[in-house]
Amino acid sequence: MSAEAHGHDHGHDHEHEHHHKDTFITKYIFSIDHKMIAKQYLITGIVMGVIGIAMSLLFRMQLAWPEESFKIFNVLLGDKFAPDGVMANDIYLALVTIHGTIMVFFVLTAGLSGTFSNLLIPLQIGARDMASGFMNMISYWLFFISAVVMLSSLFVEAGPASAGWTIYPPLSALPQAIPGSGAGMTLWLVSMAIFIASSLMGSLNYIVTVINLRTKGMSMTRLPLTIWTFFVTAIIGVISFPVLLSAALLLIFDRSFGTSFFLSDIYIAGEVLHYQGGSPVLFEHLFWFLGHPEVYIVILPAMGLVSEIMATNSRKPIFGYRAMIMSVLAIAFLSTIVWGHHMFISGMNPFLGSVFTFTTLLIAIPSAVKAFNWITTLWKGNLQFNPAMLFSIGMVSTFITGGLTGIILGDSTLDINVHDTYFVIAHFHLVMGISALYGMFAGIYHWFPKMYGRMLNKNLGYIHFWVTAVCAYGVFFPMHFIGLAGLPRRYYTNTNFPLFDDLQNVNVLITTFALVGGAFQLVFLYNFFSSIFYGKKAVQNPWKSTTLEWTTPVEHIHGNWPGEIPHVYRWPYDYSNPNHDVDFVPQNVPMKEGEEVLHH
Amino acid sequence: MTSLLVIIVLVLLAVALWQLTKIFDLTQVGSSSDDSQVASDNDNNIQGYIMFGFLAFIYIFTIYGLLKWGNLALHTPASEHGILVDSLMNITWVLIFTVQVITQGLLYWFSFKNRGHKDRKALFFADSNKLEAIWSIIPSVVLACLILYGLYAWNNIMFVDKDEDVVEIELYAQQFKWTARYAGNDNVLGKANVRLIEGINTLGVDMSDPNSQDDIVVTELHIPKGKKVHFKMRSQDVLHSAYMPHFRAQMNCVPGMVTEFAFVPTYTTAEYRELPFMIEKVANINKLRAEKSVELVAKGGTALDPYTFDYLLLCNKICGASHYNMQMKVVVDTPEDYKKWLSEKTTLAQDIKAAAAAEKPAEGVEGAAVDTAAKVKDTVKAVIDTVKAAVAKVAMK
Repeated sequence: MSAEAHGHDHGHDHEHEHHHKDTFITKYIFSIDHKMIAKQYLITGIVMGVIGIAMSLLFRMQLAWPEESFKIFNVLLGDKFAPDGVMANDIYLALVTIHGTIMVFFVLTAGLSGTFSNLLIPLQIGARDMASGFMNMISYWLFFISAVVMLSSLFVEAGPASAGWTIYPPLSALPQAIPGSGAGMTLWLVSMAIFIASSLMGSLNYIVTVINLRTKGMSMTRLPLTIWTFFVTAIIGVISFPVLLSAALLLIFDRSFGTSFFLSDIYIAGEVLHYQGGSPVLFEHLFWFLGHPEVYIVILPAMGLVSEIMATNSRKPIFGYRAMIMSVLAIAFLSTIVWGHHMFISGMNPFLGSVFTFTTLLIAIPSAVKAFNWITTLWKGNLQFNPAMLFSIGMVSTFITGGLTGIILGDSTLDINVHDTYFVIAHFHLVMGISALYGMFAGIYHWFPKMYGRMLNKNLGYIHFWVTAVCAYGVFFPMHFIGLAGLPRRYYTNTNFPLFDDLQNVNVLITTFALVGGAFQLVFLYNFFSSIFYGKKAVQNPWKSTTLEWTTPVEHIHGNWPGEIPHVYRWPYDYSNPNHDVDFVPQNVPMKEGEEVLHH
Repeated sequence: MTSLLVIIVLVLLAVALWQLTKIFDLTQVGSSSDDSQVASDNDNNIQGYIMFGFLAFIYIFTIYGLLKWGNLALHTPASEHGILVDSLMNITWVLIFTVQVITQGLLYWFSFKNRGHKDRKALFFADSNKLEAIWSIIPSVVLACLILYGLYAWNNIMFVDKDEDVVEIELYAQQFKWTARYAGNDNVLGKANVRLIEGINTLGVDMSDPNSQDDIVVTELHIPKGKKVHFKMRSQDVLHSAYMPHFRAQMNCVPGMVTEFAFVPTYTTAEYRELPFMIEKVANINKLRAEKSVELVAKGGTALDPYTFDYLLLCNKICGASHYNMQMKVVVDTPEDYKKWLSEKTTLAQDIKAAAAAEKPAEGVEGAAVDTAAKVKDTVKAVIDTVKAAVAKVAMK
């Protein structure tokens, strides 16, 4: 492995650059260094995030001021989709669809997991690089290609995919049913197939690396919780993503080769189609077999990051380290047997509804354990309110608020009436959207010094967090009420229902909060990109953390550590250990003579 | 345009704030060490207080929301099982609010209380089996109760007793409208398949099936109060979802299969309109509509009609461009009115016969003449349209 060759490096960056003939291309583009790949994932994720969030702002404006003319619509969407600045209903559905796809897959799966798994797995377990640096590089570039394909679908004649991010057939299978199901949907499916290949390569790499490349002394029960969550996330990904791939392939067959996996008895545009014997419900099963674990693929890494950041900034061990691991494992297991709660009213046998209600509500137990353990971690701590810590606390807060309404949606009886209303949107945006975003922001603020050797501006971080926090609640809290009023999602406008006229003011309020919150993300973008070049230089261990990544030199070198890889002698959470005078003891510090292990 | 302005203002605001932080940074130049971007005691103090403030924000916003928007939520259920659903919902809400208030309170209170200080040392408190047992067991017990209640209700709602005396109605979904088919005197719906769609028989009913002979097809749904209505749903093209929020009823319509849902309506449309909460709601909506009308008229548009409440069947599964306007009026009648309404309807068989009879003479010479006339009319119309479009184009230039 190339990493071994660099073992003799001594961390002097100038010397380093002379030693290895890294061209611009091998260093910044086709890099096999996990730290560079992590940064590539992050930047791509941020770009996709900007696009995804901008889309949501556009359709939020349409919802608040339906069919009103906005110059910006015309500028961004063009004459075809926004003639005279009025958003067309086709493009509304397309925006909703692509927003969901981008945020779930490209930002919160690849952007979050890809960035931090790549950055932290080798650094925190004490490895010189990923098990296969080359596969890692391919993984990123497939992700990049899939992002390009997805974005290119925005420019096809009939418009991008617009059947919702869940792309239920027959709507997604028949161009007669909606224009976006033509070339736009083809590109969507191709993009997702490439994305899944990328994700699988990444996941396999993470799993192998965690199992095989841990440094001496780094037993599984000494792994930081970040690594545990990345590891488990990768396993869920490997189990469930192939199922989505199969669903996508079968859908391609139905669309292009005349098979009938998901279609049957269809009469559209004045003619009977030849499809016979398939079932859209089958697609729903396949889709949600990934789709549900997917939300844990999104949230588990955020949970790991938050656990780590909370312990560091509370100057306390994470409370219940083993319970945290057990709950991650329990959530991961349960996540694969609850997909049916998206389908209570899909027409499947109601008995299945009972089973899925049972398994779904069980998830509340490990989730509750995690929430209470985080809260207890704060108790009698010495909290350092760095921006990363604020986002971590914010994540726990939105995870609880959003998670609690899951008790309603997971209960088949109650789901009947709130299914596919704005109540669902409010629920999942809080529990997985905002929470995972907070986790990602927390991770960025915390590990930025590790990635770029510089610090993010903390005051801009504070502004970013507090405005975002207020706006996130401002957007999604009122949304529960319009959902409870029975307002269905994915309606271009509600003006055809006088019944919903009294919800319009709430929609205006939501959009206002969304616009303000969206605008303040510019503060983050500015902070991020300017700090890469002009930020204050970081010290080696700015947060006084115990984990191994902070024992590497600030300037990146291939192979991470000059000289030998550190050995590990203790668990990752020796903060404020009463046996020591300093309030943190890094993992590579040997136990003192006679020092007792103070935790289980 | 206004939003664009709003956005610009926000951007400027952001710039201003950034400038402020710059100034703030400059005031600390003297002390600029490498850890200047790590939270200081001063930061911890300020952020700790903001944490406390944010807790207040959450509580106040929740109370404000409940007072201001609480009455937007669906009120009195209009079906028998709806009462069961709503009581489970209310129990769950009590639980949710209790947990929410306690956990958010603890989270932000601990944040405020334990804000960092350089002289402080955190308590090394790694785990406690007792505590963890408490917060594993309590949720387990509470959830077990919820699950049992939920499953009891679910089974009651979803499994229709086959021997029960029910009214059979088919709900038929297509882009972008609903149609209903009544089973007629025999209370058995005739077989149907989209391959049999022809002319006026838009539901593809199999007219060779004896059960189909008395089926009635209508575009406005009437159901009798106090009787169990058993809906069988079909779709001819894509997934739709038959959503009747006031009855707490929803079921997807899936091409290629028949799905079902049953409920007993408990208020006629007239009775539901007279419920106090509904009178208030409709008055409020009409106030809003009147305000909007004034605005519209000022712009040269037409005023909105005042609103009277009707039960609705909405499509609640994305189904294409006009998904947002796929609805059908639902009327709950007294059993007598319902019988009367239904008896006035013609059966599908009669409709088909009538259509065939109407078509026959059209096949003769007369029909040809009519056809020609219609064609000429169409051509003239097309020419006019083309000219109009051309004029419009020139005018645009």
